[in-house]
Amino acid sequence: MSTSTAAYSGTGLSNMPWSGIVIALFAGLGMLIAGAEPVLIAVIVVAWIGSLWLWQPAPVVEMRPAEDSGLSRQAMIDLIEPFGVPVLMLDGQRIAAANAAARGELGGHIVGQDARVALRHPEAITLLDRREGSVTVRGLTGPRSIWQVRRVAVDDRFSLIELVDRTAEADISRAHTDFVANASHELRTPLASIIGYIETLADPDARIDAATTTRFHATVLREARRLQHLVEDLMSLSRIEAEKHDLPRDHIDLGQMAASIGGEVAATVGDERILVEADDAVVQGDRQQLDQVIRNLVDNSMKYSDPGKPVELRVVIRGHEAVLSVTDHGEGIHPDHIPHLTRRFYRTDPGRSRAAGGTGLGLAIVKHIVERHRGRMDITSKLGVGTTVTIRLALIEAPVQAAPPPPARASA
Amino acid sequence: MVAEHTVKAFDEDMTRLRGLVAEMGGLAELSIAEAMEALVGGDEDLAAGVIARDRRIDLLESEVDRLSVRVLALRAPMADDLREVIAALKIAGVIERIGDYAKNIAKRVGHIEGRKRFEPLTLLPMMNELAGDMVHDVLTAYAARDPVAAAEIVQRDAKVDAFYDSVFRNFVSYMVENPATISSVAQLMFVARNIERIGDHATNIAEMVHFAATGTYLPEREDVPPPA
Repeated sequence: MSTSTAAYSGTGLSNMPWSGIVIALFAGLGMLIAGAEPVLIAVIVVAWIGSLWLWQPAPVVEMRPAEDSGLSRQAMIDLIEPFGVPVLMLDGQRIAAANAAARGELGGHIVGQDARVALRHPEAITLLDRREGSVTVRGLTGPRSIWQVRRVAVDDRFSLIELVDRTAEADISRAHTDFVANASHELRTPLASIIGYIETLADPDARIDAATTTRFHATVLREARRLQHLVEDLMSLSRIEAEKHDLPRDHIDLGQMAASIGGEVAATVGDERILVEADDAVVQGDRQQLDQVIRNLVDNSMKYSDPGKPVELRVVIRGHEAVLSVTDHGEGIHPDHIPHLTRRFYRTDPGRSRAAGGTGLGLAIVKHIVERHRGRMDITSKLGVGTTVTIRLALIEAPVQAAPPPPARASA
Repeated sequence: MVAEHTVKAFDEDMTRLRGLVAEMGGLAELSIAEAMEALVGGDEDLAAGVIARDRRIDLLESEVDRLSVRVLALRAPMADDLREVIAALKIAGVIERIGDYAKNIAKRVGHIEGRKRFEPLTLLPMMNELAGDMVHDVLTAYAARDPVAAAEIVQRDAKVDAFYDSVFRNFVSYMVENPATISSVAQLMFVARNIERIGDHATNIAEMVHFAATGTYLPEREDVPPPA
């Protein structure tokens, strides 16, 4: 109440009922012209003007408390909109508003729905029964995502829910254990044979002829190279893992990229060995990683297919997706192996893979890159016919999107 | 977004119905993930939690049933609203089945011997993840009323089926080589079967989501022959 009186007295002059006073004076003037008694007129005008103060202050006093008690609903919506973290505003159990970040993570459909539709994890739902609190929830937006969900009550009706992404932090520790477990085994094998051969070569008692020495040297070199490839692949795998949560932003023409890689490959293995068909398809991606995807897939197909038949590399547009496919005419992969192909160090035929210089990480790298690009990967194979690896990435309709704004502005 | 209704109470009923179905879905999703975690880690407490959670799913299902019947009787919804109520009713039934499969997996936790270095056990988590992702995505498609996502999920069932075939053959050959483990591997065989069924049920939900959103049915899927 004290604020409202202060407001009233502070704006004293402007709150004078000027219009009422003017009307009263004009009425007095009118009566004077009409020939009434001047003393009577003076009394009437003074009483009239005095009466104006009796009910004047009311509107100012009533407006104030409503504004003081909180922001308007629209103001709250505008307030949460620019936040970087997803924020939802609940009206009871219903989502009254969601900011841009929340709509991006959970989908634009959540506004107006029951909060349970957006946060269906049981832990998060227990939060909806409480006024305030915080819980950590797995799998809200993706299979391995971890979010901290915090609820703050604004008043009895409205509350805010804030979501903080904790996925990356949790991933780091998991990635470390995986890496060590997988890598140590694979690194040990080539190392063991390098050490074995070098020991034999260095043994002064062993009588080794020149031909065998040359052969041993070649083996050591081959194993060392394999070790080198393995380290490179492991490095790129962990690099991809590290940034798998940030969506790549560059615009890349997948078709052009495929055509240029196809050209390079044709130059080394011969035109008849690779067949390229590439349409222009601009996607959002990381140039170096997509390059690696195409090279790994083409490399695999070259390695495991009939040398007399070409490997087919295609980029076509299907609906809103760019579809990259690499087809070979090799012996195919048994269906039992297909679900496991993208596992690290999984090999359908360990001996042959190692002989061909494979690290067992090629497809795992491809899968991780595709996941980072929010794409999908499918492997289909028929024994005796061949294998096709298909990768689908969402197109950016860059030329289309760049065009609309001018007409929109013109119509507005 | 669906247009609001003139009768506000009807709007509230519909929102609540969707909220209940989403809540059931969330419970089922968590059960699928935890059942596998319990199985791999031999965590019987976690398994008991999954089994207890099934009661809650059942209760929610009967709540969805009651609310749907009430809405049908009192509001006589038409067109997309009618499809929405029917879909909620059917989806709740399917989620309840999914919860049962997860519970069934959790019940087998105590029957696996020699968990360390037990090769067949390593095959299942990835398969479970595929099916669990299908359930997650189909519930998101339901929340978004997205028929395109629903149609895509139907396609994915073939992957789970292929995985099941592969796991099945692998288990059979493992049992032939290690007869001592037959009782444990047989349990896992049922687990794999349950996961495969979860995938099928996710597909059923996807079909209903598609129907509720568009009013048309997805084309019939080809039946995949059982593993030989």
